[in-house]
Amino acid sequence: MTNETKVKELGTVSIRFSGDSGDGMQLAGNIFSNLSAVLGNEIITFPDFPAEIRAPHGTLSGVSGFQVNVGSKKVHTPGDKTDVLVAMNPAALKVNAGFLNSDSVVIIDSDSYTQKDLEKALFQTEDPFKELGLNSVQVVAAPITTMCKDCLADLGDNKQALRSRNIFALGLVCWLFNRPVDVAEHMLKEKFGKKPAVLDANLRVLNAGFNYGHNIHATVSTYRIETTPSEKGFYTDINGNKAVAYGLIAAAEKAGLQLFLGSYPITPATDIMQELAARKELGVKVVQAEDEIAGICTAIGASFAGSLAATNTSGPGLALKSEAIGLAVMAELPLVVVDVQRSGPSTGMPTKSEQTDLMQALYGRNGESPAVVMSAISPTDCFDAAYWASKLALEHMTPVILLTDGYLANGSSAWRIPDLEKYPEIKPNYVPKGLENWKPYLRDPETKVRYWAVPGTEGFTHRIGGLEKDFTTSIISTNPENHQLMVDTRQAKIDKIADFIPEQEVLGDKDADTIVIGWGGTYGHLCEAIENVQAAGKKVALAHFRFINPLPKNTEEILSKYKKAIVIEQNNGQFANFLRSKIHGFDPYQFNRVKGQPFMVARLVEEIEKIMISD
Amino acid sequence: MNIQYSPKDFKSPQLVRWCPGCGDHAVLNCLHKAMAEIGVAPHNTAVISGIGCSSRLPYYMNTYGFHTIHGRGAAIATGVKVANPELSVWLSTGDGDSLAIGGNHFIHAVRRNVDINIILMNNKIYGLTKGQYSPTSDRGFVCKSSPYGTVEDPFRPAELTIGARGRFFARAIDVDLKNTPDIMVAAAKHKGTSVIEVLLNCVIFNDGIYDNIVSKEFRAEKTIMLRHGEKMIFGENDDKGIVLEGFTLKAVTIGQNGYTLNDVLVHDAHAIDPTLHLKLALMDGENFPVALGVIRDVEAEVYDVEVEKQIAEVQAKNPARTLKDFLMQGEVWEVK
Repeated sequence: MTNETKVKELGTVSIRFSGDSGDGMQLAGNIFSNLSAVLGNEIITFPDFPAEIRAPHGTLSGVSGFQVNVGSKKVHTPGDKTDVLVAMNPAALKVNAGFLNSDSVVIIDSDSYTQKDLEKALFQTEDPFKELGLNSVQVVAAPITTMCKDCLADLGDNKQALRSRNIFALGLVCWLFNRPVDVAEHMLKEKFGKKPAVLDANLRVLNAGFNYGHNIHATVSTYRIETTPSEKGFYTDINGNKAVAYGLIAAAEKAGLQLFLGSYPITPATDIMQELAARKELGVKVVQAEDEIAGICTAIGASFAGSLAATNTSGPGLALKSEAIGLAVMAELPLVVVDVQRSGPSTGMPTKSEQTDLMQALYGRNGESPAVVMSAISPTDCFDAAYWASKLALEHMTPVILLTDGYLANGSSAWRIPDLEKYPEIKPNYVPKGLENWKPYLRDPETKVRYWAVPGTEGFTHRIGGLEKDFTTSIISTNPENHQLMVDTRQAKIDKIADFIPEQEVLGDKDADTIVIGWGGTYGHLCEAIENVQAAGKKVALAHFRFINPLPKNTEEILSKYKKAIVIEQNNGQFANFLRSKIHGFDPYQFNRVKGQPFMVARLVEEIEKIMISD
Repeated sequence: MNIQYSPKDFKSPQLVRWCPGCGDHAVLNCLHKAMAEIGVAPHNTAVISGIGCSSRLPYYMNTYGFHTIHGRGAAIATGVKVANPELSVWLSTGDGDSLAIGGNHFIHAVRRNVDINIILMNNKIYGLTKGQYSPTSDRGFVCKSSPYGTVEDPFRPAELTIGARGRFFARAIDVDLKNTPDIMVAAAKHKGTSVIEVLLNCVIFNDGIYDNIVSKEFRAEKTIMLRHGEKMIFGENDDKGIVLEGFTLKAVTIGQNGYTLNDVLVHDAHAIDPTLHLKLALMDGENFPVALGVIRDVEAEVYDVEVEKQIAEVQAKNPARTLKDFLMQGEVWEVK
């Protein structure tokens, strides 16, 4: 019967682990993606979980998912559709039905598809597949609960047996993908090493799952994904939030400064704080403050005192921090503000991702209050972006708002541990030796950046603050001419940063008629979309922006070359409008979706092609 | 080498712009004096403030200074101190700045016990916005924003401080140029958050608010200067004292109604139990004298010290000092 098992060789395969939010789907997904990365695959992951920590068991609102796209070539996205779905209960099947292809493999725990389970998931009939119109999917119905209980019967611990269902499913998926179980075993040892009983149970169940797949000779497709060698070096698995934390650490190391984070827990940004709070061996100081405002204000205090200071938050928190960002603008202190964007307005959908804070980051302050705004474009790019944000803040004495998003924050991929020697220097704008007539707001005449004198340094005592200061004397001033001069100077300082950031790159066909424009976390989807358009024999270019304020110097030159420009973003056109305001006569097409979910590449391709052929 | 500083070493050249007669002038002078005595160099001193009349103070100090935004001074001062515990960090603030808009930061700074010295100038009024009631204004207080009197009870800063587990609370009066600098010195010596409430007169919008307590005429009878280890005695002729009967304090005249000097309480500012400190701090000037001086001064773990201690402990166990060291300790795989 083994012969009936078809082996599919695929460039990329997308797998989604899905179940109750307490079922351990994130862990199973994580282990599977890590072991794929260890085996040399490209991976992109996308955890999709509810805001409720433990929603009612078996209900639609409690479904938690983890999708990973595994490939032999460059993988850009977690995949529109899923080739293999693990659905631990009927609710998981229902929620994810829309992601299935006609021939996807669906693994279910048949023990949890009882009448009661079906009712909880609001099914009307006894056949959930038929009811959902899933007539041709390949179902592996395994009595996972029973088998976990049997496998661990000697422990007499039913709870542990139930808790291990995720690992049984993982074992089954490993079989499906011809993945050696020992790599998974190694990862479980890392995870549960300190709890021998739990580890033992999980190892037994993992093997039981793998053997089950082998023994039933299921007549479903199994997969083999080719592995390709990557650039030499050491690799680890990293998500966007960790990458931000490491980028900040790297920048502090390069600048020779202490790293300080002032923060307040908020989904989906909290992991950045947690990672940094754990990095005491590297001397990182973290204050979990009493609120968002204190988060940024402790950071501003630390910046005043001479640290590389940062705060991290999400949209609602950025709103609370806006007055303090204005203070950092006025006091001209270095500060990194990381906004891990989520669906809004107000509390919105905290665990879902969007790009809707751009205008808030650019303009959400009183007064003429220019700050640097930039974005990260992939989970691993969060490292470089945080590094750059720190560099610009320290060298240009300004707050820098770094926009990532929930998709990047929780998405992960394999990351080559970087050689910091190859990263650009970070030189804070300290008062140069021998400078005469120093005043706190005395500036570098070219960059307009004021010189940084750090408390504790003899000879430089000074007072700064939120009140307007005289350009020359640095004393409080309400002189109208001076205010105009200071407003212009603060703006010129930010504009000048365009000279210090990389020029904008264009990907795809530079000689195309149409250019797709994006920014931030949608990079993977846009890349894949234009590759698909190109694969259909059409020419298209892509400009994906990391730096937004100021824009790269060559922005206008690039964008004016194309007959058609399409700005694609997960908001109602915030970047498109920003570009309109910055580039005279620029009027792009727009494609906007605000659903809290990543783009579907197929939908993007359709939209791009439609605009390309329109008049 | 110990450098002797004088008050003028801490004076900035900037013109002081408070109203003539404002109590803030006196606080400023006392702080100059206190800092000279404390002996920390001006360049190792940082004075932080929020917004309000009292928050202008950093401009008049020849130290590092940061005039920030309304209510947030305690959070910013926390950041300064945690980032660089070597600095002597002060917060100059008022009743509106610290107890209204900045109430949250105030109580949490106190709770954390970060080593900052908070000078809370309490004039029971918003001065800079020209005369609205503050969270310390008495019930029924009539002003521009309460033309028929307020219908709310005030915060009592001592109660709030002790409620937030405050380890140091002192009270001073603006016009007392003799004792106030000493109280500031004691606050600086205390490791952890120190709160000094200064009863302060606003000559423009709330003139004379404390006259019946602090004026020369009443001061001896209406205030008591508490000193650790000394009997709680007050009055023109030092003939009155505070005694404890059951759970209740009582102000008595020594030699009358059978009370002797032996009955008078001895002030123990270091008592960990805050009950008596709170009772003393809440004495209201009606049936009791208002308590001045260091009312509570208790040692406890200091936040910024603990932060550094934890780092040192982890570093003693883990040799990683660079990001790369750390990453290589984790789960990595090599592509050759």
